Amino acid sequence: MFQGACAALPRWESDVTAPGLRGFVLEAPPGDEENLLSTVLAALAQSFTVQPEKQVQPEKPAPPESGVPGVPGTGAHRRTWLDTFDWRLYRAGLTLQFEQARRGGRLLLARTDGTPQAEQAVAGWPRRPPLDLPDGPVRDRIAVLIRPRALLPIVRAVSTASVTRLLNADGKTVARLVAEHVTVTAPGQAATTAELAPRLAVTEVRGYPGPARRASALLASVPGVTHASQEVFIAALTALGRHPADYSSSVAAEITAEMPAPVAVARLLLRLLDTCESNVDGVLRDIDTEFLHDLRVAVRRTRSAIKLLGAVLPDELTVHYKTEFKWLGDVTTPVRDLDVHLLGFDALAGQLEAASPADLEPLRAFLARRRAREFRRLAAALRGPRFRAIADDWRKALLEVRDSDGLRRPEAGGGFPRRRRPTAEALARSTTGRSFRRIAAQGSAITRESAPESLHDLRKRAKELRYLLEFFAPLHDPVAYRKVVGDLKQLQDCLGEFQDSEVQRDEIRTLADAMLAERAAPAATLLAMGEIAAKLARSQVEAREEFADRFARFAGPAGRERVRVLLEGRP
Amino acid sequence: MKIFATYNIKGGVGKTTAAVNLAYLSAADGNRTLLWDLDPQGAASFLFRIKPRVKGGGKALIRGTKALDDAIKGTDFDDLDLIPADFTYRNMDLLLGGADKKPTRKIAQLLRPLAAEYDHVFLDCPPSISLVSENVMHAADVLVVPLIPTTLSVRTLDQLTEFVAGFNGHRPQVRAFFSMADRRKRLHQEIIKNLSNERADVAATPIPSLSLIERMSVERAPVTAFAPRSVAARAYRDLWTELTKET
Repeated sequence: MFQGACAALPRWESDVTAPGLRGFVLEAPPGDEENLLSTVLAALAQSFTVQPEKQVQPEKPAPPESGVPGVPGTGAHRRTWLDTFDWRLYRAGLTLQFEQARRGGRLLLARTDGTPQAEQAVAGWPRRPPLDLPDGPVRDRIAVLIRPRALLPIVRAVSTASVTRLLNADGKTVARLVAEHVTVTAPGQAATTAELAPRLAVTEVRGYPGPARRASALLASVPGVTHASQEVFIAALTALGRHPADYSSSVAAEITAEMPAPVAVARLLLRLLDTCESNVDGVLRDIDTEFLHDLRVAVRRTRSAIKLLGAVLPDELTVHYKTEFKWLGDVTTPVRDLDVHLLGFDALAGQLEAASPADLEPLRAFLARRRAREFRRLAAALRGPRFRAIADDWRKALLEVRDSDGLRRPEAGGGFPRRRRPTAEALARSTTGRSFRRIAAQGSAITRESAPESLHDLRKRAKELRYLLEFFAPLHDPVAYRKVVGDLKQLQDCLGEFQDSEVQRDEIRTLADAMLAERAAPAATLLAMGEIAAKLARSQVEAREEFADRFARFAGPAGRERVRVLLEGRP
Repeated sequence: MKIFATYNIKGGVGKTTAAVNLAYLSAADGNRTLLWDLDPQGAASFLFRIKPRVKGGGKALIRGTKALDDAIKGTDFDDLDLIPADFTYRNMDLLLGGADKKPTRKIAQLLRPLAAEYDHVFLDCPPSISLVSENVMHAADVLVVPLIPTTLSVRTLDQLTEFVAGFNGHRPQVRAFFSMADRRKRLHQEIIKNLSNERADVAATPIPSLSLIERMSVERAPVTAFAPRSVAARAYRDLWTELTKET
């Protein structure tokens, strides 16, 4: 055994964490791992001379072999997995690891099965990649995927490894056995720590594939040693009581067709409340704009659910919370509106033809100032007693309904025969059908001469139908569901473009007034804003022209048939 | 990729020990390093405990039926790989002579695909003057020439320099160093002192004749690895520093 600076230790990124068939887990009762490891070494000693190499301890990192900053040597053993709050990387089949070195570290992008994709040296882990991640292979792969979300630490892992050389008859190292002990923590919750079952890996020495295969076979024959079926990241999440992609802004409530309608609606609303609450912290810490967006969507869905399905809930409950959720929606609006302006600012500025993008900069500064002010108001509201009361009391009331199993169904109308207790399926069918018929009727009455308000109103109805479809998605046939939602989405996009163009144009006018009032409006900026307003007017006209076709596709004979198939099943 | 070749027409002058230790030091500095043991005696392979055998022999490598890449073996040290010797290398002259075009450039051509994988390549050459050594001189960027401190060996160096100067196109840099230097011999001391002062192509660092260096064949490892703080290891380290600074 040579102790020279060059004595080979495993490379953490490729050897210790190497994916594939040669990863094993020691499934020994706690405290018995050492015995099992001895059994493993005894098994390997049948074919090899077994020689311990060196321990890599986190307190005493081995010196990096290369003096290149940001490229760790074998001593790099602190890892943090990063993803957005809504798991955009994981959902795209990727994992991102920040590997800490003495100075800086590096980002390793891999597929979820461990196959490396890209790596990049960095000074520290980047929270907002478009801003603080320099150009490089990892940035190229993830920037578009996660924008505008920030990266958050998901799991931290500290590993120590002991390496055993497996020697042939000539005393040549022909494979290595790496035993890795991993302690994982949930970021921000230092108390939440877990030890993973020790992981073993046989690493191959170049040109000696046979001995590595032989060593793997010997390992696999030891009772208590099993093939590692999970990557460290997944095993770490499991150990911390989490699972990948455990946040989604989608409704996905656990409801069944036979469930009493009040129970189903309570479950739905509880799920929406969970979404609201899980985003509050991100909003208050202002991590990225999408926390507020998801919060608002959950509030809008809640309001729609109360309006469209609230008939199966106690009246006093719906009346009170209708007001409360309207308040919550309203307090979040100013910041979100400003976020939308700021997020789309560069795209908008890039469209300018007559004016220069630089002319718009005073507007950006103005928006940012306003946002800071509005954000303080929003934060105060979310920290205040009214919001706390909504979250706590609403949950309590909903839990009561859910757990009553629908037996204490309130005296509610909702279009159901009084004596029959409606099921979730019946509620879905009646409300969705009614909503669709309403849109068909309202939309058919719209002509080229109709006032813009008629389209705005239709947009609201379309959104309600979309929410109903989403609420009851688990009850529908997935193919039929996708078809109806696809048509509806086309219609919604067109109605959205029409209304948003108008709203934004009005907002630009209001902003111009406000900037003038604050004397923050150079003439060039106002001219550029005028050009944008003109562009928005053109978009609105185009959207109006597309409306008839989109509506016909959605509510014409074929569209009606698709909705019928969705609600009643195939003929 | 920079190619170093240890060469001397004579045997037993410390070519292999230099190749093995310099390759080890190169890898220890973080350079991805490959050592090709071209000597059919396989001393470098032996020192790394690697069997001197290549599937298909030298023929398969020279004719290209086996990629050089497939013959590479990992040593016990990070960033240091080796292409083992094979007894069939004794016929390498004939094999190279059978190459269709440019028989003196074949080794250079075989190494080219490895450029992305390695920073440094060391060629440990068999003693002789042959088509193999001519190939090695054409492939190398630096010819590292161990010299026993005698007047005759200086003549050999001059002959070699003259030979290389006659190459068309790429010419390797010739860097000699004194090997197996015996401090007890006054003649050695004088030659080392005078020549390394007079000639820019002779390194200032001599490698002393030490039993620890001979012990490499017992330890089967570079002396720079098993006795990194020894006088011998320090001498190789200084020589390596000199070579990397000046070439």
